[in-house]
Amino acid sequence: MVTEAQIWAWLSEVPDPEIPVLSLVELGVIRGVEVGEEVLVKVTPTYSGCPATTVINLDIEAKLRSKGVENLRLETQIAPPWTTDWIAPEAHEKLRAYGIAPPRTGQPSCPRCGAANTTLISPFGSTPCKSHYKCADCLEPFDAFKCI
Amino acid sequence: MFEFLLRMGDNTLVLGHRVSEWCGHAPVLEEDIALANIALDMIGQTRLWLGLAGEVEGQGREADALAFRRDAWDFRNLLLVERPNRDFGHTLMRQFLFDLWHHERLADLCLSEDDRVAGIVAKCVKEADYHLERSKDLIIRLGDGSEESHAKMQAALEALWPYVGEMFADDALDKKMAEQGIAPLPSSQKPRFDKALNEVLAKATLTRPESDFAQKGGRTGTHTEDLGHMLATMQFLQRAYPDARW
Repeated sequence: MVTEAQIWAWLSEVPDPEIPVLSLVELGVIRGVEVGEEVLVKVTPTYSGCPATTVINLDIEAKLRSKGVENLRLETQIAPPWTTDWIAPEAHEKLRAYGIAPPRTGQPSCPRCGAANTTLISPFGSTPCKSHYKCADCLEPFDAFKCI
Repeated sequence: MFEFLLRMGDNTLVLGHRVSEWCGHAPVLEEDIALANIALDMIGQTRLWLGLAGEVEGQGREADALAFRRDAWDFRNLLLVERPNRDFGHTLMRQFLFDLWHHERLADLCLSEDDRVAGIVAKCVKEADYHLERSKDLIIRLGDGSEESHAKMQAALEALWPYVGEMFADDALDKKMAEQGIAPLPSSQKPRFDKALNEVLAKATLTRPESDFAQKGGRTGTHTEDLGHMLATMQFLQRAYPDARW
């Protein structure tokens, strides 16, 4: 019989499809695991229209099935809504190393050179969860996590 | 309740599709990405509203069936959102007027006594907030921009103005929803909308049209011919190949 802790451990090995340096657990989209007659995983979308949501569900299913979980159910939970506060603190450094400024209120610092001198290019970046900035020191463009 | 949910979901569906028509055509890459992301948010919100509508209706229709298998007269969106894109300024003005209304509407609906509605709204309001910030910024920059951009924004405002009044016109369904604590009357939003609108227009150096004439009918199923044309494109695949999946 699998335990809840074991399911959480397996899920923390599943990378986010858009930002593979983060696991789904670090991203904060796994909202609950219940082990009973069946294994129930509660998942919340980051943005209501995020196309990664379908892939995330598929990845969870593939991972748990590969570990022998047969009776599995995924439930979408929209309330309370996902917030960037649920991204694990230790994940912030991983994001920065990957070239994405982690969520914070106010102006983001450049993830490459660390400069605070950055300007917004567009409120929307390569995915719904990010906006597009440019560093005025090293001149590199970069994505920054929107703080919601 | 079903009709109320259609009104919410059809607004975001129709505007989401309209905005998605810009994908690959916007004047600059950043705007192309922004418009596509906004369309995506709105289609995502549609799935929540129409998903709940299908559940409430209880006839086995899911969000996709409601989006792709209803005809124009069954749509309950505001006429504003079905207006064609025309130029970029026109699209932005339509978005701004919608965002300003939508953001206030969702803020009010956070207090809905129906937990399912409040749950959906808590998710959507964060996105709507972000959309409004962007719309406001662009309206001010283009309105208070070059002579040409100013003229285009003023023309867009005047062309779209007759579609604003419908947002605040209460009908029997609105009164029922208000009595049941599901949604406050749309007219109760009007003073806040006016105040916020006047502030932005002043900064954008645009002049608010004086006429209060309002085109109505979208919320009860009487639409402009533009909606039919849009649905012909949007629904083609599900009409030609029902239940197609990939």
